[in-house]
Amino acid sequence: MKINMFRKKDCILAAGIILTAALSSAVVMFAQRDAGAAVRVTIDGELYGEYSLSGNQFIAIDAASGYNGLVIRDGSAYMAEADCPDKYCVDHKPICRGGETIICLPHRLVVEVTGTRDARQLDVVVP
Amino acid sequence: MTTRRAAYCAMLTALAMIFGYVETLIPFGFGIQGVKLGLANIVIVLALYILPAYQALVIQLMRIVLVSFLFGNLSMMIYSLAGGVLSFLVMWLLKRTDGFSVTGVSIAGGVSHNIGQLAVAVLVVQNLKVAFYFPALMIAGLVTGCLIGMLADRIRLTVDRMDI
Repeated sequence: MKINMFRKKDCILAAGIILTAALSSAVVMFAQRDAGAAVRVTIDGELYGEYSLSGNQFIAIDAASGYNGLVIRDGSAYMAEADCPDKYCVDHKPICRGGETIICLPHRLVVEVTGTRDARQLDVVVP
Repeated sequence: MTTRRAAYCAMLTALAMIFGYVETLIPFGFGIQGVKLGLANIVIVLALYILPAYQALVIQLMRIVLVSFLFGNLSMMIYSLAGGVLSFLVMWLLKRTDGFSVTGVSIAGGVSHNIGQLAVAVLVVQNLKVAFYFPALMIAGLVTGCLIGMLADRIRLTVDRMDI
């Protein structure tokens, strides 16, 4: 038995892997959005306020439609409390990337991340 | 199975286990979390070529279960099993298909190992965004699989002269 490092099919396999990786990285680059700089709160489509994601703060949103307590901490925003019936907005995970939203449907309230920051953050660490 | 063969399988299992430790001493991974050289795979690739497939599979499973119980935890075992079993099946199928060298089989194993682990990560985190790692892990699997395959091919030459 002699050493046979590469055969034709090996090259086809390697080329296929590289091609798949290139295609999927193009998809990822397209889909990957940078961490946002601020959140924009709109109620019924009208701007309620815009808050920077740098620095920690609590924003009490007291509108005619209802009350929501928005927390900004460590560069991401989440809904800490709300007097809406379903509480879906409170259960929503913290948002930090451009375009991500938390929506409180009963209050017709949308929190959306806007702008971009340079620092890219990892989503998760795979062991 | 002869006693000689049983001893060989046990030795290969031990070798695969210690390789898992040795590779933590070698810095490799280009800063990507979770990318490993996969030295233990040298043993598995080799076993696939010098032993019947089921014996190679037993070595793979024994290695994963033992290493996880001794040095890891349940979540590590689930990740390892997903990668280890998937890569074993892919390598076994490719080996049965004519036209792939040891290196090619090992490349497919490396890539499928990473895909298996990534699939578990997506399920565990319940977030498709983990799949952003996909391209990096594909290339990492290609590079490590290539290195491991070439090494295993070399070692096979020596081992082949021995009677096991």
